[in-house]
Parts: sequence; C-alpha cells; structure tokens
Amino acid sequence: MFEYAPAPESHRPDIREHYGLFIDGEFVDAENGATFKSINPANEQVLFSVAEAGEADVAAAVGAARRAHRTVWGPMSGTERGKYLFRIARLLQERSREFAVAESIDNGKPIKETRDFDVPTAAQHFFYHAGWADKLEYAGLGPGPRPLGVVGQVIPWNFPLLMLAWKIAPALACGNTAVLKPAETTPLTALMFAELCAEAGLPPGVVNILPGAGATGAALVESPVDKVAFTGSTAVGRRIAKAVAGSRKRVTLELGGKAANIVYDDAPLDQAVEGIVNGIFFNQGHVCCAGSRLLVQESVAEEVLAKLKDRVSTLRVGDPLDKNTDVGAVNSAEQLERIRELTEAGGAEGAEPWQPACELPETGYWFRPTVFTGVQQSMRVAREEIFGPVLSVLTFRTPDEAIKKANNTPYGLSAGVWTDKGSQILWTAERLRAGVVWANTFNRFDAASPFGGVKESGYGREGGRQGLEAYLDV
Amino acid sequence: MGSILSGAEAASLVRSLPGVDAVGLEARAADLGSRSIKKDSKAWAIDTAVGMIDLTTLEGADTPGKVRNLCAKAVRPDLEAPPVAAVCVYPAMAGVASEALSGSPVKVASVATGFPAGQVPLEVRLADTEAAVREGADEVDMVINRGQFLSGDLERVFHEIRAVKAACGEARLKVILETGELVTYDNVRRASFLAMHAGADFIKTSTGKVGVNATLPVTLLMMQAVRDFRAATGVQVGVKPAGGIRTTKDAVKYLVSVNEVLGEDWLSPHWFRFGASSLLNDLLMQRQKLTTGHYSGPDYVTVD
Repeated sequence: MFEYAPAPESHRPDIREHYGLFIDGEFVDAENGATFKSINPANEQVLFSVAEAGEADVAAAVGAARRAHRTVWGPMSGTERGKYLFRIARLLQERSREFAVAESIDNGKPIKETRDFDVPTAAQHFFYHAGWADKLEYAGLGPGPRPLGVVGQVIPWNFPLLMLAWKIAPALACGNTAVLKPAETTPLTALMFAELCAEAGLPPGVVNILPGAGATGAALVESPVDKVAFTGSTAVGRRIAKAVAGSRKRVTLELGGKAANIVYDDAPLDQAVEGIVNGIFFNQGHVCCAGSRLLVQESVAEEVLAKLKDRVSTLRVGDPLDKNTDVGAVNSAEQLERIRELTEAGGAEGAEPWQPACELPETGYWFRPTVFTGVQQSMRVAREEIFGPVLSVLTFRTPDEAIKKANNTPYGLSAGVWTDKGSQILWTAERLRAGVVWANTFNRFDAASPFGGVKESGYGREGGRQGLEAYLDV
Repeated sequence: MGSILSGAEAASLVRSLPGVDAVGLEARAADLGSRSIKKDSKAWAIDTAVGMIDLTTLEGADTPGKVRNLCAKAVRPDLEAPPVAAVCVYPAMAGVASEALSGSPVKVASVATGFPAGQVPLEVRLADTEAAVREGADEVDMVINRGQFLSGDLERVFHEIRAVKAACGEARLKVILETGELVTYDNVRRASFLAMHAGADFIKTSTGKVGVNATLPVTLLMMQAVRDFRAATGVQVGVKPAGGIRTTKDAVKYLVSVNEVLGEDWLSPHWFRFGASSLLNDLLMQRQKLTTGHYSGPDYVTVD
C-alpha cells in the first residue's frame, strides 16, 4: 500500500489577535466598538477577533476615499498609479507563501490551491491592471476615459484574496478609490492586504477595508459611493440592484450559477473526467461558475460515470494545510447546513447519491464529494445552486437536447463543452446562454479574459479590456 | 495471452479510439507530479522503485565483465537495499547475465527484434528473439516497427507482435512503442491498444536511443490504456517507462501515478518497471540520506 505520510505546510504567518478596520491608511476600531470572530473551518478554533464596521465607520471610510480621490489618486497620472499597482503585485508575489497559508487557514481551502491558484492569480490581476493604468485612452472605450470616483465593493468568501484583486486592481488602475467589505467568515487576507498597501506606500484613503456582515454591506451600498461592485448570491444581488435603482450609482453584479458541463460521445474521456472533477470539486465546489450539472451523452454515460467514480475515489479530503489535500473544509457551519439540506432533498426526490469511502476529520466542517445520478431536470439538485462538492449527473441523446437542458436554468454564468470536433465546440458555444464557455477544459481564469454572467448570474464584466469599462466614465 | 481479435479487427478498433486532449493530459500529469511524498512514504517509494528497476546496459561496448558487474549490483545494490527486478541486456549478453543471476530473484531481460530500430527482416527479428530466449532471457523487450505504424499498416504491426509473442514461448513480452517516434498522444494510445490486443505482457515507452524517451504524460496515457484494457478484456498488462528517468524525485512521480491511476494491483515489479541505469544510484543515495540523516555522495555508491 502506498500511503502518503502527512506533508503539512510548515510556514505559519503572523496572524494578529485582533484586527481593526482599515480606514484612511490606519487600523482603527469600530466607532460602536463592535467586534466579531473569525474561525478556522478545519478545526472550529477562533483565529482572531476583528472590528465590525457600522454605519459611522462606512461614512468615515467613504469620506476618506472621497478625499483621497479628490486630492491624490484622481489627479495622479496613470503612470504613477501604475507604479503603485506594480509594487503591490510584486509585494504579493514576495509574500505569496504567507498569503497562501493565511487564506487556507481562514477559508478552509487546500494549500495546494491557494499556493498554485489563488495567490498567483491575484498577483497576476495586479500586474495586468498596472499595465493598463497609463493606457486607458487606448482601451477602445472611447476618448478621455475618466474614473468614476469612489467605489464600494462587496466580495464573497470563496476566493477572498482573488475576489479582492478582481475588484481593487481595476478600480485603482482606472483612478478610483475603493472601500471594500470582505466576507464575514474570511476577512484575514483582506486585512493582510491592507497592511501590504501601507507597506507599498499607497496614499491613505485609496484602499479602505471594512470587515463586517450583511448590515455593513448594506450600509456601504446605501452610502454616497459612485459605483457598487458585488460578487455573491443572486438573492443579495437583487437587493443591491433594488437599493441603487433610481440613484446615479453604477452597479456590476457577479452572482450565482448552475453551470452545465456537456460531454459529447466523441470527447477525450479521461481528460473530460479531469475537467468534471476540477469543475465541481475545485475549492470544495464553492465556485459560482462550478460545473455543477454534468450533461453526458447517453451512449458514453456509463463509461464516464465509472471513470468518474474511480477518479473521485482518489481525491484526498482533509487537512487544508497538507500539501496533498485535494478537497478541504467547507467554509462555515451555515454553508455546510445548506449543502446537507440540498443533498438530502436530492435523495428524497429520487436522485441516487454516491460518495467515496474517505474518512473525514472529527472537528471542522466537512462534506464528502458527492455524485448524484438519475437526476431529473425538475429536481432541486438540478436547479438550485448548492455551492458545495455535489455534482448532479443528467444525460442527453442529441446535441439539441443538450443545449435545451443546459440553458434551462435562470442562471447563465458559465458552461463547459467536451468534444474532439472543433466545429461542435463552436456550434455548442454559440447556443449556450452563459457568460463564459470553456471548451475541453474548465475553471480556467486569466486577468486578460473578461468574466461575468448573463440572465440571473449578473451583469458587467471583470478582467480584460472589457472589465475596465465597469470602472470608467466613458 | 492476447485477445481473440483478428489483425483487421484490432486495427479498426484502435483507429476508432477517442482522441486524447494534450493540454488536459499534460495538466493531469503535472498535477500528479506535484504530490509531496515525505518520510515513511518516501522510504517505501524508494525501496519499491529499486525493486522495479530493469537495470540496463545496452551499449556496443558491453563485455561479459561489464554485464557481470551489473548483475552483482542488481542482486545486491548496496548492503541494505532490495534487489532490482531485472537486468536488461542485448541478446549476445543474455547468456552471461543468465549465468550471473542464476539462483537470484533477479530476472534476465533481453532486448530483441533488431533493437533499437527494428529495421531488419521479420525472420531476423524472430531469430533474434529465439536466440535471446535460448540464452536464458525470462523477458523479451521487442521494438515495434514504427515505420509501418506511421505508414498506417497497423495490421502488419499487429501480426509481427503476435509472431514475436509466439517466439517468446514462456518469456514475458515487453513491447516498446518508441513513443518519441510516434510523436502524438493519439498514436501512443493506438499503439498501446494494438500491442495489448496482439498479446503484449508489458507496454514500454522507449528504447532510450532516441531524442525523446519516457515522459510522465506519455506514461500516464499508457497507464490509462492498460486500465481500460483490463476493464474491457479482464487481461492485466504491465507498463514500463524507459529512458530519461534519472532521479528519485522522477521515480516517485511515476509511482504516485501508478498508485492513483492504476491502484495497488499494479504496484509491484510484476506489473510496473523502470527501464533505467543511473536511477538506481540516485535512489541508493536518497535511501542513505533517509537512513543516516545526511547526504553521502557518489563515492558511497558503486559505479558499475
């Protein structure tokens, strides 16, 4: 038997016992003294306490951002702004190990992913947008693009640092100042990023970080910002759209998804199986664009399922800080409960669940990778976003049926198509109503590639030339 | 044992295999290569790898003395390490190796069939095989005719492998695909299935005599092929990457792949081999490091 000995990441970042709000270049406590605690989802232990921003703090942060925009960041040349962004990108790279470990501890995701994906991709976003800072005139968005002013940004807990980068890098590159609220369960890397901004000499007030929960986010959306950018659930996105309706505020929303991953019978099956696994078990399935609905052609369904189960059985679930862990902890007790509830509903509705026989740690929030077969289009596990390591498998007979089933969802964030024929890829992609379509791969991201949804998955694009438009007055 | 297919059936079957996505295959290989194998599991992997080596010398300058040297090392690599799986030599040296290894658990493997190019008439290749077996080879490493394969004459390649298999008698047959000359992953998959249907006991990547030898993606693809072949036919076939695997780190990546793609059934010298020469000394040095806690150096392992 080839058993892998534990291979724990040895580095431990300095996590303070308490963090304040980062307003106008300084860490301060909330005006009303409120705090909350962040816990490690892999062992349920308290990591640190952090100030919780209230309305007064939001006002102070937005005021500081306004001042910084008017006096420093707005008037600054693009070339100079670019230098700051390059500096931030380099610092992120230099401290990548520290950020990777911290992200893993606070979020529960495996160190392999934070090390190889989250942190490097976040740094790439800063490098990419640093390059745009002095070339906005040439982005093809019209002459004389101008910043919007102060942007309020609310991000989710699934990719805390990366979502921060997706929000802050383009905002700053385009000459805006930012007030960002990290998710309540994962504020750590945003606060470390605040320290990094100070280290980079970024002028006070350009970046403000306000930890807090839903109320903080609502206060930020209501505050006199010029633009709101949100990534999170469709329910909250709808509330935000209502709140800003009728105001001058611009808004971009990147919301939920229930992506179809279509496997045609001529697909490279072993690679398709890898893509299916990566599509739904990457980041414990806490991915808005996760390939949570597998649509496989009936003629190869049995073979694909057999290979898929073999492959899922080799996934290593457990300690997020072990370098060999493939699937880490679910981010919170609340999320675990939601995954359980929907999974039980799947079983009750007649879908057949399958799970590998892996052992789970005793403390912490864990969920076994789950594959549902016999799923019908009408079941909740085929319609609702589970946001966990749960795959629903459906079959189809013809390409038309695949398209119909794939598009039969209120969401439209992403989709995947697997086939050996280039023409089939194009035919399928043309008909899929989704913001991103991956061909013979899944969950690939690049700062140069715009990302965003259609239908109830939101509007606006992040990344690439197109993503700049969300932060510019053109 | 081979399948019951005729040459035409086998050829048409391998032509209809689904394609391989190169990007996805290489990404999966890189992922498998990123496992962190430490402490006890590393010690286990090192000893397992040593036991899977086909310790090889295939040079024009090979002499009986050199082969005996190698055989001694194969039986007892150092004071504590286990013996390797086999010694791999040219047919002219098979007799020497057979004598030197008699009474030991180490097998004699002989290349044959006009190794490495295989560009000699079939009668000569068969005679070469028979000679190797006569000289005491337990295992025969044959080369396929890449020219015929690339020209599309899959049936002929199939029949030649069958003929060599028959000439092997009791000896196990390793079929070298020379993946560096087949170039595409699709070709490697087709050649793997063709060889297995023709009766290969092992499929082997390379001769070690061309520019591109064993790579992890190619070997991974061949592992997937033997896995699928067993699922379809019930027949288990071994895999032997050869050439270019020089370090413990590399060997561990291959073992991780065997473990996660094929599982325990293949984690034995009977089903997985490394065709290598310098790999053994690196494994021995890493083994000493694990046992003593410090690196020794090339003077603490033998040159053979």
